[in-house]
Amino acid sequence: MADRPLVLGIETSCDETGVGIVRGETLLVDAIASSVDEHARFGGVVPEVASRAHLEAMIPTIERACTTAGVSLREVDAVAVTSGPGLAGALMVGVAAAKSLAVGLGVPLFGVNHLASHVAVDIVEHGPLPEPTMALLVSGGHSSLLLVPDVTNEISSLGSTIDDAAGEAFDKVARVLGLPFPGGPHIDRAAREGQVTIDFPRGLTTGRDLERHRFDFSFSGLKTAVARWVELRQRAGEPVPVADVAASFQEAVVDVLTRKAVAACRAEGVGHLQIGGGVAANSRLRALAQERCDAAGVELRVPRPGLCTDNGAMVAALGAQMVLRGRTPSDLGLSADSSMPVTEISA
Amino acid sequence: MLALDTSTSAITVAVHDGEQVLAERSVLDARAHTEHLAPLVQDALESAGLRPADLTDIAVGVGPGPFTGLRVGLVTARVLAYTVGVPCHGVVSLDALAEEAVRSGSVDGTAEFAVATDARRKEVYWSRYTVTAGHPARLSDPAVLHPADVADGMRGLATAGRGPLLYPDVFASPVTPLDVSAVALAEVALRQIAHGVEVGVDALYLRRPDAQPTSSSKSTLTEVRGDRR
Repeated sequence: MADRPLVLGIETSCDETGVGIVRGETLLVDAIASSVDEHARFGGVVPEVASRAHLEAMIPTIERACTTAGVSLREVDAVAVTSGPGLAGALMVGVAAAKSLAVGLGVPLFGVNHLASHVAVDIVEHGPLPEPTMALLVSGGHSSLLLVPDVTNEISSLGSTIDDAAGEAFDKVARVLGLPFPGGPHIDRAAREGQVTIDFPRGLTTGRDLERHRFDFSFSGLKTAVARWVELRQRAGEPVPVADVAASFQEAVVDVLTRKAVAACRAEGVGHLQIGGGVAANSRLRALAQERCDAAGVELRVPRPGLCTDNGAMVAALGAQMVLRGRTPSDLGLSADSSMPVTEISA
Repeated sequence: MLALDTSTSAITVAVHDGEQVLAERSVLDARAHTEHLAPLVQDALESAGLRPADLTDIAVGVGPGPFTGLRVGLVTARVLAYTVGVPCHGVVSLDALAEEAVRSGSVDGTAEFAVATDARRKEVYWSRYTVTAGHPARLSDPAVLHPADVADGMRGLATAGRGPLLYPDVFASPVTPLDVSAVALAEVALRQIAHGVEVGVDALYLRRPDAQPTSSSKSTLTEVRGDRR
């Protein structure tokens, strides 16, 4: 297995049961079972519903991954699993499953960080990561700017959200606009029909906020501003221009995200920016990031949307790097750590 | 057979060859099922001198029990069985407690008795048993209930599990064991197999997930006015 380890990765930190298989730096399969439909009527992910779904989906998803990749479990050289951060009960299903695989197959186990995996996945999409690389991770649970000298060993956090995650703001604004959960794709679609007509606030971008939170984000005030704007319209008996509100809100989010990400690249002298997480599927974020990176002479890397959202391939990709770089495997006593810091890449 | 259970405070693993117990490992730690289970499985197999591939059957307690711990046992057993390519048999965890209560002689050889375990939220998982031909036979499906809702006539029954420890006013006759032992669970599983009984490996949650469908949003305008006052 020396130069092309076959690694199976398991991801259960939220509502997607992901099983991916990677050989070295080549993606063989990315199998996903999602419980998103079960959460829709609750307007957000219900942890117990997600955990139950992970338990039921685990074996079918492992089986589908192996069948699709044409791989027998017995060929697997190592097992990797998201050990945090994420929903505690959901993580535990994946961690226990991975340990059981590792015991059953007699192979090493790597408990890895969910955020580091979001960075590492681009290795199987666009090749080896430039070192260092800047990473902007934006999802329903996270909004972070990371400086990544070595994705298997060294990541530092330059900033993160101080309240809501970007994806969370999309979900909440979608609800205000009467769009379904999850909000991201629906707002993206609605925004394409609208114009940026409303100047919604850009959190932490001026004066003292910028000094104290240079690379941090805040989306809670924006969400409230949108809700107030919409409600004032409704009270006045006026129609709500959903497409314009969606476009204006989306612009406020992606403006701050891309502005700070490019500023971080400049400040750290880093020539590569990678975007990951579910919000990276947003078409306006991709377009504006490309525009601003081009202007700044920064090379932008964004994996395809399916590898931006939570998946098992990213865990396998990071696991394979761990093997290739000779990192020490995790102990079988590995815990799930719901608040695992990003500086802790493996457990 | 490898047997394991995570439905009570014990994380318990046993290796049984159909006639005798080859290894048994248990840890009492209601908050760390994820951490302990896999090392115990590996340790028990090594101590029995076996590799995972030597297993022919896996048995697992399907609960009822606190959900998070219960799932750790279920996913571990199911994945190991799938990996090794052997059948995975479910056992109602309360039946394993009843089995040990009878084997250890802590309940009378003929009378009815009960098992009550901690369901959290001031409730218990509860089942009633009788003894036939030296083995426990369940008289009622496992239920989740408030101790106060246990019928008066049932409160005096000898009761195994942690229920009597938590609610001594309700359960007047506590007996051992308190937690599941995988050895007893293996014995129940072997008897089920011998009698052609398949329980399946679905979790016995007995409760729906807590979640409320979204209600209409709070007014943000009122919220802002309140802040200014």
